[in-house]
Amino acid sequence: MDKKISVKVCLGTTCFVMGSANLQELIDIVPAKYGNKVEVSGVPCLGLCSIDWEFSKAPYVKVDDDVIKEATVEKVLTAIDNKLKES
Amino acid sequence: MAINTPKQTSHLKREILVRLIRSFLSDNFEEKTRMIPFDMRPKGSEVPYRCCIYKERAILRDRTVAGLGFSIEETDDSTLLSELANKALDRKEPEEHPLTVLTTACKGCVPSRIYVTDLCQGCVARPCVNTCKFGAISIQNGKSVIDPEKCKNCGMCVQVCPYQAITKIIVPCESACPVGAIAKGEDGHAKIDFEKCISCGKCVAACPFGAVHEKSQIIDVLKAIKSGKKVIAMLAPAIMGQLPCTPKQLHEAVLKLGFSDVYEVAQGADVTTKNEAAEFVERLEHGAEFMTTSCCAGYNELIAKHLPEIKPFVSDTKTPLYYTAEIVKKEHPDAITVFFSPCVAKRREALQNPNVDYVLNYEEVGAWFIALNIQVDTCGESSFKTEASAEGRNFAQTGGVAKAVQALLPEEIPAHPVLIDGLNKQSIRDLKKYAKNGVCDIGNLIEVMACQGGCLGGNATVNNYKAATKQLNNYVKESKPIKDMETEKIGH
Repeated sequence: MDKKISVKVCLGTTCFVMGSANLQELIDIVPAKYGNKVEVSGVPCLGLCSIDWEFSKAPYVKVDDDVIKEATVEKVLTAIDNKLKES
Repeated sequence: MAINTPKQTSHLKREILVRLIRSFLSDNFEEKTRMIPFDMRPKGSEVPYRCCIYKERAILRDRTVAGLGFSIEETDDSTLLSELANKALDRKEPEEHPLTVLTTACKGCVPSRIYVTDLCQGCVARPCVNTCKFGAISIQNGKSVIDPEKCKNCGMCVQVCPYQAITKIIVPCESACPVGAIAKGEDGHAKIDFEKCISCGKCVAACPFGAVHEKSQIIDVLKAIKSGKKVIAMLAPAIMGQLPCTPKQLHEAVLKLGFSDVYEVAQGADVTTKNEAAEFVERLEHGAEFMTTSCCAGYNELIAKHLPEIKPFVSDTKTPLYYTAEIVKKEHPDAITVFFSPCVAKRREALQNPNVDYVLNYEEVGAWFIALNIQVDTCGESSFKTEASAEGRNFAQTGGVAKAVQALLPEEIPAHPVLIDGLNKQSIRDLKKYAKNGVCDIGNLIEVMACQGGCLGGNATVNNYKAATKQLNNYVKESKPIKDMETEKIGH
């Protein structure tokens, strides 16, 4: 079995207010859709927002090492699909 | 329930608030404010939403005007943001009407009407023609056609078409407004009739172009804190479900913003519960058939402007904010009070209450944390001086107020709650009917919440509704039942 894909939804204050509040549903959707191929969790601040004015690109989600800016549920699911195709 | 769906317009509004707060805290407020639209859309940048970069900047400029607390309708287009920033610093009190429409951002939606789409198959049954009571539908070239002169927008044809080929085109703000206060003006853009507006905020949440803004009081609050005055925060119960931290961490985080003390409005909610339960008993003993709650500001505006006939049935008990602000001003007569609100309607209530100086909504509070890089989940924990009850903290949810009142009723006078979960045209008709008949056939304690989901569904909330409910429920669970509190100590 290959390594699991890891999805980290940033629930730091900036990301939360800028929209990750609405990404919390990923924590339910992802296991239902991909089973144990993908590991998803809400994590404390990833530190991506504090650089310069990068808060405006929040919310951030990390799929393995790839950073998704202005993340939406759809963007994250697409990123997971692409990863699965690659592997 | 589609409450708090994710919206890019919220992202834009919040980004502007963060930039405004940082401008205020910088060494050059006027210039940094003037630059906001240019910083957000610098030369050569992408144009994500509108026709060109100039239009984007013009709209961002108007959003900033609302962020500075001014009305777009009354602000000249040629006034620079730097001038307005300066003017905001001189302002003594918030403007009377809390909402403003950005004509630049307004799409000027096509007028609301019933429309036959290309899906019409020109069928033989023709239920649309047969159902229309006004004779507005005829068949031309094998397809149904609606005569706009005769059509009354009843929507019967929409319901009967076997192909779902007939649709109702809606104007989102008009359709969301429960009292017909916002409509397309002569120029095709939305316009608010402030005589009718109850400040419920439904149009703010409904407009897909983000064209309706609250006029922010953030600059006024920042200014008060900067001046070194004692500024006290009063947190409405709904906020406990809004941010990724514990209530005790939030208490600490709010102190970090520069507030000198923080109160839970749930403390005042306990007074509301006590008084409202006593009032319910008294009213029923005097023969009243029903009573409605009185804590929702949107509902109170509705009563004043559109539903005076229900006044005799409305509880005379004051709102949780009223009691909380009274306690705060008694304990700190020199303090400036700021209410943290889930909705726009409370801005109207605050204007009518001399004990409440300013109102910030949760978007503004969230933006403030971002601007200062405060991570609420890493803040230490500190306690509220007065602990509120579980029921008081649960006021933020639909059913919460009725449940609280029930908890303090004597067994011989039971309440049968009726929940108005969101004001809309139908629920307003129901309320009118109860008032006219002097009786409500399905219960005797009517809890009215202007927003679906209660305060957790307020127009200016930031958390997802389901997640917010879960978070608030956990807080309520760990709190003391109101019955176990000594009555004389409630609220103090």
